[in-house]
Amino acid sequence: MIAYIRGAAVLSPQKTFTKPGFPDEIIHYPDSAFLKCLEPNYRDYIDPMVARRMSRVVKMGVCAALQCMKDTGIDMPDGIIAGTGLGCLEDTGKFLVSIYANEEKLLNPTPFIQSTHNTVAGAIALAIKCHHYNATYTHRGFSFENALQDALMQLSDNPSLHILAGGFDELTDHSYTLTKRLGLWKNHAVDNFSLYDDHSRGSLPGEGVAFFMLGGQKGTHDFARLVSMKTLFEPDVKDNGTNITRFLREAGTGIEQVDLVILGNSGDDKYDRIYDPLTEGVLANKPCAAYKYLCGEYDTSASFALYMASLILKYQKLPEHSLIRGKCPEHINRILLYNHLRAKNHSLYLLERC
Amino acid sequence: MPRVFITGIGIISAIGFDAGEVYQSLRNGRSGVGKLTLIDSVYQDEIPVAEIKANLQELMRIATPKINGYYTRNALLGLIAARQAVWQAALDRETLRDTALISGTTVGGMDRSEGFIKGYLAGTNKGMIRQVSGHDCGDSTEKIAENLGIKGYMATLNTACSSSANAIMMGARLIKQGKAKKAVAGGVDCLTRFTLNGFNSLMILDRAQCRPFDENRNGLNLGEGSAFVVLESEDDVVRTGKTPLAEVGGYGNACDAYHQTASSPEGHGAFLSMQKALDMAHLSPADISYINTHGTGTKNNDLSEGVAIERLYGNNVPPCSSTKSFTGHTLAAAGAIEAVISTLAIQNNCLFPNLNYSEQMHELTFVPIQKYRPEFPLTHVMSNSFGFGGNNSSLIFSRI
Repeated sequence: MIAYIRGAAVLSPQKTFTKPGFPDEIIHYPDSAFLKCLEPNYRDYIDPMVARRMSRVVKMGVCAALQCMKDTGIDMPDGIIAGTGLGCLEDTGKFLVSIYANEEKLLNPTPFIQSTHNTVAGAIALAIKCHHYNATYTHRGFSFENALQDALMQLSDNPSLHILAGGFDELTDHSYTLTKRLGLWKNHAVDNFSLYDDHSRGSLPGEGVAFFMLGGQKGTHDFARLVSMKTLFEPDVKDNGTNITRFLREAGTGIEQVDLVILGNSGDDKYDRIYDPLTEGVLANKPCAAYKYLCGEYDTSASFALYMASLILKYQKLPEHSLIRGKCPEHINRILLYNHLRAKNHSLYLLERC
Repeated sequence: MPRVFITGIGIISAIGFDAGEVYQSLRNGRSGVGKLTLIDSVYQDEIPVAEIKANLQELMRIATPKINGYYTRNALLGLIAARQAVWQAALDRETLRDTALISGTTVGGMDRSEGFIKGYLAGTNKGMIRQVSGHDCGDSTEKIAENLGIKGYMATLNTACSSSANAIMMGARLIKQGKAKKAVAGGVDCLTRFTLNGFNSLMILDRAQCRPFDENRNGLNLGEGSAFVVLESEDDVVRTGKTPLAEVGGYGNACDAYHQTASSPEGHGAFLSMQKALDMAHLSPADISYINTHGTGTKNNDLSEGVAIERLYGNNVPPCSSTKSFTGHTLAAAGAIEAVISTLAIQNNCLFPNLNYSEQMHELTFVPIQKYRPEFPLTHVMSNSFGFGGNNSSLIFSRI
């Protein structure tokens, strides 16, 4: 079950959308409570009359999907699969507030219509009139992984297909306020470049949209190939090393074949500690890179990491400041990506250079 | 690819707290649509709903004797239905560790978020913050997993009103591809002020009992509930000597891609999802003995679905009914609830009626079943679920 990553379009707090390849210049956010996406000029992608009714995340989702199709020259995918932890929060918040503000009378239905999590995948299908398979997953730190797993299964059934799969999550004023109160974020502003030196509770919230074009057969310009992936729900922390070894073995390889590890360190002292026994154990002596200092923490952040990993494999170059352990390897042929969302949802990915 | 069998069903809805009660209500023409009592709303006396008459505390008692932690209504409804299915399939703790869990929900923990928001609107530092901790759609799935000890592949879908149909489809696909031996698949949605006001703002809620496929239909009745099925590979079923209840013979997912909420006049997406399900099951339209329609009772859905059915089945439309006239439209749970109802129909050799029907739609030639029909052997049942975003899915359940 191999997926060839034909291309990807990513909206993030970094300049990931403007040109192919990982941006040379990394944006420094010296004093930030959260990281927000740089937005494209929506008019270049969506008819303003249509865009007017769309919330920000729906517009971002449609733009990323259209750009991904343009880049890869695949204008009609055989399936559209999205993953989102919290869905279309802006419209959910808007409609919920209006119920109370207007005492349930004369409500504008538009935010309700666009509040459902499947709005983005539906809007993409609508934009290109795609009648094929369409699904949206929403399960915390498994949301994007669920979407990818589904895509991999589609490709396994029929390797000639192309599936557009992606992840999206937006940060809104309400969602930031509420998740801050739930204790997820730091109490102080941080410098994203020194996120991992802060050693305090809470992480740096972020957001992002990433769409990938996946094929079951090798192409000519593939970024990389996704060889295997696995999700683990609330695994016992002491089994993490064994789980990684088993994952690699099941994929027909071993840790010695892995050139680089990308870890989901979020800057939250409590949860980053989960990676420590690994970097001292099964992953000892392996160069390790982080990614959340670039995009922040959110449910589908692994989609950013997958994008970063596939470009590292294609261009053999690591983003600035990303290396948190070891030395940059000379050749990067195989990357292991390991992320967990607040210790509950753990995911493993294995990628190879094409 | 192995065949996929249903070995357990679980359901809680306005017409019953388990499969036995649901069957009796369907047989006796007893609808669950009535007055809204558990949600504080200005529409309490105006908009009827199919409500489960049990509050959080009562649901907690039914769900599990040793519950702890913070539960949303969805988590409890889901747990009740999933546990019934697991019991019937007699899956032990050890088996459950490797079992997959796939659920579908649209509202997640919205009921608790609504409890929170009044305080919050008075000040962003106000309100009991714990109430939003289960707001997301993954929460109820994880609560079910934690209580039943499920550790296998886990996923939650939100494709609006086809969510749990897609969950059952994913469960079956996991087994067919050998990624799981067993899967617990279904969905849950409780009534909320959010959805009540949402559908009301779209002006598609009937002020009376909904009348699916009736010329004078005037919208849907919202309902709430949960249903789960246990899916197992044929090998496992044979090996353990279990008696399967039905087979998941086929499934199809297509996108209408016509409008964010409305269905296309020719029912393109519906036609495609039904056709795909038939193709996969290697069946022709004539093989289908009953269609459990999506049949919400809105002008738009019933016309679009009806046209699609006529396009596919021609002049030989099999018996059809919408059991949403009993259960209300349970949104994400509808596909799973109707999967359980389809299984009950196969098991009991009967057809369940479409209530409140009196006048044939001018645009259609077929008439839905209006009376409970016993001793009607069913071979293959098609169940449709269509959602906002054009997310259309059809499932086929077959007698073994």
